[in-house]
Amino acid sequence: MSEQSHGGPEHSGAVEHAGVEESGKYAIDNPGIPPHRPRLADEDPRAAKRAERQVAVLFGISIIGTVLFFVGYFVVGQIGPDTEIGTVRLQNMLLGLGTAFSMLGIGVGIVHWAKTLMPDHEVSEARHEVRTEEDRQVAVGMIDDIVEESQFKRRPLLRNTLIGAVALAPLPAIALFRDLDDSDNRSELATENFGVERLRHTMWDSGVRLVRDPTGTPIKASDVTVGSAFHVIPEGLNELPPTEHLNQKAKAVVLLMRLDPQDLQISPEREDWNVDGIVAYSKICTHVGCPVALYEQHTHHLLCPCHQSTFDLTQECKVIFGPAGHALPQLPITVNEEGFLVAQSDFHEPVGPAYWERG
Amino acid sequence: MSTSSTTEYQASTPTGKIANFVDTRVGASPMVREFGRKIFPDHWSFMFGEVALYTFVILLLSGTFLAFFFDPSMAHVTYLGSYKPLYGVPMSTAYASTLDISFDIRGGLFMRQVHHWSALLFVAAMSVHMLRVFFTGAFRRPRELNWVVGCVLLIMGLAAGFTGYSLPDDLLSGNGLRIIDGVIKALPIVGSYISFFLFGGEFPGDAIVGRLYILHVFLVPGVILLLIVAHLFMVVVHKHTQYPGPGRAENNVVGYPVGPVYAAKAGGFFFIVFGIIALISGLFTVNPVWNYGPYDPSPVSAGTQPDWYIGWVDGALRLMPGVLGDFSFKWNIPLPWGTNTLAMGVLLPMIPAAILIGTMIAWPWLERWVTKDNREHHILDRPRNAPTRTGIGVAGVIWYCTMWAAASSDLIATHFGVSLNDVTYWLRGIFILGPFIGFIITKRICLSLQRKDREIVLHGREAGVIEMTPDGEFRERHERLDDYRLYQLVSFEANRPVPAQPGPDGKISGGEKRRAKLNRWFYEDRVEPVSRAELAEAKTHDHHDVPDALAATGSRGTLEH
Repeated sequence: MSEQSHGGPEHSGAVEHAGVEESGKYAIDNPGIPPHRPRLADEDPRAAKRAERQVAVLFGISIIGTVLFFVGYFVVGQIGPDTEIGTVRLQNMLLGLGTAFSMLGIGVGIVHWAKTLMPDHEVSEARHEVRTEEDRQVAVGMIDDIVEESQFKRRPLLRNTLIGAVALAPLPAIALFRDLDDSDNRSELATENFGVERLRHTMWDSGVRLVRDPTGTPIKASDVTVGSAFHVIPEGLNELPPTEHLNQKAKAVVLLMRLDPQDLQISPEREDWNVDGIVAYSKICTHVGCPVALYEQHTHHLLCPCHQSTFDLTQECKVIFGPAGHALPQLPITVNEEGFLVAQSDFHEPVGPAYWERG
Repeated sequence: MSTSSTTEYQASTPTGKIANFVDTRVGASPMVREFGRKIFPDHWSFMFGEVALYTFVILLLSGTFLAFFFDPSMAHVTYLGSYKPLYGVPMSTAYASTLDISFDIRGGLFMRQVHHWSALLFVAAMSVHMLRVFFTGAFRRPRELNWVVGCVLLIMGLAAGFTGYSLPDDLLSGNGLRIIDGVIKALPIVGSYISFFLFGGEFPGDAIVGRLYILHVFLVPGVILLLIVAHLFMVVVHKHTQYPGPGRAENNVVGYPVGPVYAAKAGGFFFIVFGIIALISGLFTVNPVWNYGPYDPSPVSAGTQPDWYIGWVDGALRLMPGVLGDFSFKWNIPLPWGTNTLAMGVLLPMIPAAILIGTMIAWPWLERWVTKDNREHHILDRPRNAPTRTGIGVAGVIWYCTMWAAASSDLIATHFGVSLNDVTYWLRGIFILGPFIGFIITKRICLSLQRKDREIVLHGREAGVIEMTPDGEFRERHERLDDYRLYQLVSFEANRPVPAQPGPDGKISGGEKRRAKLNRWFYEDRVEPVSRAELAEAKTHDHHDVPDALAATGSRGTLEH
């Protein structure tokens, strides 16, 4: 601790420091670092010995922790199909406790060592300027020489063509990312409706049966009692290949509910979109696309659990609360000859969140 | 050419020989000479940055383990692993391998939990560290750039968290991704294209997990690592700030030397952080993906929460009303080529986030412009001594926390049995008024604390001893502080408003007038530190027979009654 140094680094005066000690600036002058207060272990060898033992015990606890980890790993053993969930939990706990003791033993031990036995004299060290004026002048001189020797300034033709070339060179690297979306090369449906047009279409079409999600069993109008609700997908969805299945399902899921027809306020152009109070609405929230999964039967409200947008079924799923900006699209439905519920057409507007090209 | 006549140093012990070999090849001695006894100031509030650093190290270690077993593929498989409830269920390879890590690899579950808990703590530690830096004014010259590096680190921390959160491809993270997709689609002009490019076509596609994976394990942590190096390099260049106090000055740094005390404390602290994370991970489940099932666009569970650090953005989405009466925030804009849609209900909630992050990054320059203080600061402000800044900081915290709380509006409603709608209305109110109220109250508290400091300096601290005077009056004895404690309370600057300054043309520009107005607002309410004269005056009122631990009486009477 010999290198006590107070104040006095060489200041060029280029940078102003806040509150550099002019004497008399504050009500009292800086009294300097307070005198060191000795700790127990500084003066009493027995206290020092005690601290030493405590640190050693903590390191010992760490060793026990490491052993505990291996007990958890090898004694509880390999988990497999027949392992109880309780065993998994026990193993996780033993590994955690083992690691915790192992680490905390070392950490607390070292910190205790530092606090009780290592010197705790505060020391002062001078700060130096981030940049001295002399350094600046030398650096500026060097850069001037470098620019001069490179002839960058003297030959504008070289400079300008280089700037142009460097500005253009990265463009291929940007264009290269065009095929991040290569789906228009792969999916039949995508090629038909290139780009954003895909967002306008779902699997629903005239005569497509409404079937239960996820079993795929069709629904008869007579199955749908007043007050009941069904999670619905279009028939044929489950037969799609996996990725196409998820992509189509993400747009096509529908909620089917039956209300007393007198509760429904139906606009003139949608008069024949329901079947005796059975209505079908897109399940994809028009806010940011979560499934609107909660149906409150006695208020006829649909609630999105993600951001609490609330839609009123009786008013054609108009937004009555929350962040959604427009109503859930309705799927026009009817019954076929066999009495099964079928779609009359696709949705008349894009499902899900609003986007720039939606219109 | 150094033609040294002395013989070269020869080490005698094996360790010495190895050390000398390394030293003569890479020059370890000058490094030890430079850093071995470097001084670091010590204060508990300097610990948060360390926690952030250590949790990042733990993230690298646990993440590497997980990467050995995780398969970031969205190819469809049927799960045949040990977790019976999902046996035979079709799912993505990513989700199946996450289940394998949890149930078929010993210690896998533990490492997953270590990784997730560390991530939560990493962002938390960075956030608290930044609050410390802000409230103590540590961002001021020469540390502005390091503040910006810190801001970018925080943003990268969020990016790391989000990309990792989405990897297991479970129902919860899938719905999170869908929300992101909805937000992206709301962006004008480019939104739907960015969505298509990100997902490789329509949502969800089969590309997103692999893409997020390479961002999560390579690009984002790589950037974080580089920024940490830059951050610590600048800490060395600037040397650490220190709190005001006896012996502390702008031109020195007071603390403990790296070797041995500081290295031992900081190194030991790494093990403590690791130990605590291990303890939490052993005892508390985080993100039990096996409960959620594989991603399916149809189901969603109620009461789901994002990881805490995404909450404020999610909460902002919730606070925004989508329609007001018949007015919808989905704007259809007729343009010559057709109608385009602006989903303002999604775009407007992004503005608070932009304001918070933008203000945070620009703050050192904003404050410097207002205060005209372009000096170097190595002594920290006590938050009470910068009342306006502290008030603004608290206003920002309240704004952030209101949005954050809004992300749990449904849980608040169910836990306290109140109406969900009312919770949202109240939070909307707090969102608008809270920052202002918080600013005013905080500033008042700061000024009161400063006055309290003044009183303690002038009249001593309350000793807790009640004395009865000969005339029967009861008084509490006050004890004068020693010079060390006194210096801490008086060594700050009272900044007075800087009036508008004329420019080179001798005129006061409009911008300068606005600056002066802001400057007045910044500094108008202030409590001056005790001056020499005041202190001397107070001392003459004290009893003269008790020189250092005095019972202040005379002046106190006028002050308290």
